[in-house]
Amino acid sequence: MGKKIKAVAATGNLSTGFREESLARAVQQGAHFVGCDGGSTDSGPYYLGSGNPRGPRQGVKRNLELILRKTLPAGIPAIIGTAGHAGGRPHLQWAVEIVRELARENGWHFKLAAIDSEIDRQTLVEAFRKDQIKPLSPAPLFDEEVIRQGKRFVAMMGIEPIQSALAAGAQLVIAGRCSDVAIYAALPVMQGIPKHVAFHAGKILECGAASVAQRLYADCMAAELDEDGFTVEPPNPELRCTPQSVAAHTLYENSDPYMLVEPGGRLDTTAATYEAVSGRAVRVEGSQFVPAKYTVRIEGAALAGYRSIVIAGIRDPLILGQLDHFLSSLHSAVERKIADNLSPPPGAYSLNFRVYGRDGTLGTLEPNPKLEGHEIGLIIDVVASSQELASDILPLVWHSGLHHPIPEYQGLISNLAFPFSPPGVDVGPVYRFCANHVWELDEPCAPFRTTWETF
Amino acid sequence: MRELWQLTRLIRSKNAGPFELTFDVMFKDRAGYDLVLKSGVLSAESIAKLYGVELEEVRLFSIEQVLTVKFSIPRKVFSGDVADTDVYGGQFHGPLVRLLVDETE
Repeated sequence: MGKKIKAVAATGNLSTGFREESLARAVQQGAHFVGCDGGSTDSGPYYLGSGNPRGPRQGVKRNLELILRKTLPAGIPAIIGTAGHAGGRPHLQWAVEIVRELARENGWHFKLAAIDSEIDRQTLVEAFRKDQIKPLSPAPLFDEEVIRQGKRFVAMMGIEPIQSALAAGAQLVIAGRCSDVAIYAALPVMQGIPKHVAFHAGKILECGAASVAQRLYADCMAAELDEDGFTVEPPNPELRCTPQSVAAHTLYENSDPYMLVEPGGRLDTTAATYEAVSGRAVRVEGSQFVPAKYTVRIEGAALAGYRSIVIAGIRDPLILGQLDHFLSSLHSAVERKIADNLSPPPGAYSLNFRVYGRDGTLGTLEPNPKLEGHEIGLIIDVVASSQELASDILPLVWHSGLHHPIPEYQGLISNLAFPFSPPGVDVGPVYRFCANHVWELDEPCAPFRTTWETF
Repeated sequence: MRELWQLTRLIRSKNAGPFELTFDVMFKDRAGYDLVLKSGVLSAESIAKLYGVELEEVRLFSIEQVLTVKFSIPRKVFSGDVADTDVYGGQFHGPLVRLLVDETE
């Protein structure tokens, strides 16, 4: 009888919550650790670029408190991945500060390992010069200039930095940018569970209770791993997994349903089998791990400008009947007005009319960019090289739009319905993802730095 | 003729990272899954045309075990970029929902 490891995911994202009794049950049932993911690139490049965490802070604190309240007395580690949503240095510090508060407020004593995954530009330039940075597909242009212009870069760690922290006695690991799977695979692999089992279990666990048949609310998920496979079963008796629900989860947010690329290799689930072992538990076996050169994904965000927007409605059928022409002639009129009034340097701003009711949702991918309704929602979207310029351009655009003439009417008209006063708002800095690359490493832990705090 | 949604229990799109979109069309039953596969409505060619990508950029999977047709395409505009319209990529499946599926043999 080989070793069994029970892995528990508190929930899919540290900010979304879970049932306290579900976690209590999972820990009572013999969890070896509790993991939770704290981030994603899904919400776009803003968080990585700005350094701002995505809250709510109170929710993250509450969930972290519930996790530590269970793991510390049980003597098992807790592992948090991608702190503060983007896993950069300020995000990690934000999460560590929450931990400090919790330790102070609860009088807890434990060892925290915080793993920094932010990569300094100079380090990245050196790696680039050594030809260690390779593009994935599709990849934006990436060179030394892009690195220098980038606002923040992180490397996505695999299991090894987490394992080092656990081996050194960490009771709480807070990781910067981290593979979701690595949160759950690190400890089992350390304990001798094969990678194909640990990585596949990690993929199922990383979204918490998302792999149940009917997800009623965010909650915990548990899997028991051995050397042949794993059995996944939600600790909450109201939830159940089916072979279909577990198999279907490998599709989610994954471009290839059978291949999952991780640092050091890829998980191939082509031959995986999913069998019900009860009405609520599913046994998974048969996936493979194919080793490859050790790489970590690089994520980067660069400043793209500063945004100001106006939201307006148009209901007049005569304007709607000539909307394309109306907007293009407005665009020309406004460009001239901006040049006359503000004389910005060439390329200092972009002006875009987003038309909801035509192609606002899909943009150029809309196969049917026709107006069919009786009104549209219009977003006037200005992105400029400074917030001041975007703010200054905005009233020129909306005021021109308000009174822009159409041939059917003589006299001053008002074309736009603004729901708000002021009509516009400064949105702030806009970032773009500037890297879809991997970094070839000889030593998996090299880019990552662990700092310790003992409470 | 049936509309695609009438044969499915879920049609969704989502980011697969910031640079790719992935689409899952999950069928209610085997008959609907087979019908759509046979119809060519979700062939790589029709997807390439519908989403304006090159044929070789479409990665298409038919996953019998979960009665799902899945495809992934590169994003023309990366998630959150200045001209993006859907940061999470959650509404790009819209044009699939009412695709017509020929039921005649």
